[in-house]
Amino acid sequence: MRKTLVLIIVSFCFIGTAFSQSDSTNLMNLFANSGPKTVYTQASFKTTRIVLGQSVEMPAKGDMILDIQHHFGYINQGAYQFFGLDQATMRLGFEYGITNWLAVAIGRSSYNKTYDGSVKIKLLRQSTGAKNMPITLDYFGDMGINTLKPQDLSIHYYFSNRLVFLNQLLIARKFSPGITLQLSPSLVHVNLVATPADYNNIIALGTGGRIKITEHTSFNFEYYAMLNKQPSSVFRNSLSVGFDIETGGHVFQLFLSNSQGIIGQYFIPGTTGNWRNGDIVFGFNLTRTFVLKKPKAFEK
Amino acid sequence: MKKFMLAAFVLLMAVPTFAQRYITKNGYISFYAATKLETIEAKSNQVDCALDTQSGFFVVKALMRSFIFERALMQEHFNEEYVQSDKYPDATFVGKVENLKDIGFSKPGTYPAVITGKLTIHGITNTITAHGTFTVADGKIAGSAKFPITIGDYGISIPAPVVGKIAKSFLITVKVDLNPLK
Repeated sequence: MRKTLVLIIVSFCFIGTAFSQSDSTNLMNLFANSGPKTVYTQASFKTTRIVLGQSVEMPAKGDMILDIQHHFGYINQGAYQFFGLDQATMRLGFEYGITNWLAVAIGRSSYNKTYDGSVKIKLLRQSTGAKNMPITLDYFGDMGINTLKPQDLSIHYYFSNRLVFLNQLLIARKFSPGITLQLSPSLVHVNLVATPADYNNIIALGTGGRIKITEHTSFNFEYYAMLNKQPSSVFRNSLSVGFDIETGGHVFQLFLSNSQGIIGQYFIPGTTGNWRNGDIVFGFNLTRTFVLKKPKAFEK
Repeated sequence: MKKFMLAAFVLLMAVPTFAQRYITKNGYISFYAATKLETIEAKSNQVDCALDTQSGFFVVKALMRSFIFERALMQEHFNEEYVQSDKYPDATFVGKVENLKDIGFSKPGTYPAVITGKLTIHGITNTITAHGTFTVADGKIAGSAKFPITIGDYGISIPAPVVGKIAKSFLITVKVDLNPLK
């Protein structure tokens, strides 16, 4: 009997040690269900543009992004024009995140001396967990003001004649950490067109995406297919391929494109370059993010 | 005899439930690293932490996404490029208070503590020892510690363009106010 008792007590002691050994696991199990129920997808793209067109990304609340964008001339002009680098159109812009779902931007392009003001609104956020949302959806609206001096002084120009508009839905899905694809149905409205036969509205479907090469670099592509084209056949669909390099606060986007216009109102309906003829421009976007308003945890 | 065995059984089974556990879900962890070019600082107020004062086991769980940075972009890069928080959502520490005998968890006071355990960040585990204090007051235990980690030990590599900007050693600060688990 005594032997049995000793055996039982010894075995209980073992159970006791087994309990204390798994004690840390038991403690950790207290937190098994902690954590956010919904995880929102972030960093679908490196920056607010895929190549020329808008991506679903926007500046975070309180952040300002400085945009410096250059499109050079056609490469096929040869050495005399230094393969297009002698000519450049550029745009300088600022974007600001009012909230995490609303951003505004202003900019000025040298092409047609155009000022632009835009708004980007996040309507849906891709997420997994309790709220499962397969896509991110943004609205992007941009108004451009062409400020070139009137060339034909015999015609009266109204201010409204100068306005060009872009409305886009940006629908993106980050399929994996490295692959994001986006569809961008777009409507360009031009108040004053060149001839009476021209359309004021051009509808286009943009497709774009990125494939990460490393954590800090990616290959990007973008194609805007016009669903209705102006009667003049000089206009072509815009095709761009680019390479993003992110170095912390800066993103450098280097690209080749057949479009010389920088804002959507110009490059979506107004691209005249033909890739097959070598009408290709080299260009870059440089963005730098500045924190204007710090998060609450860092306010002093 | 049977009664004695039953009593022994009940007593032995009851031991784990007697163990006094203290817990919080709002612990604080910050990390700080500075070079001449860049200061990296992030804070989280959503850290899970539990302490068993009888066994000395001490566990911490911090969600990587709960760390707030001064710059949202840095926060995004931290999650996306450095710690891959989609793949490794949390950092955990499972350790034990080494000098349990010297700490009177039932008596108010401040006690130096040495905790050794396994720290897992970015899916990689290293054994670390941290020196800190436990302050016992009003039936609560406040714990705090500061210790450095080398991010290379956790498979977090710094890419060439920013190699001079990011310090290799990060100072971790932990502050937890633990309440008895009911």
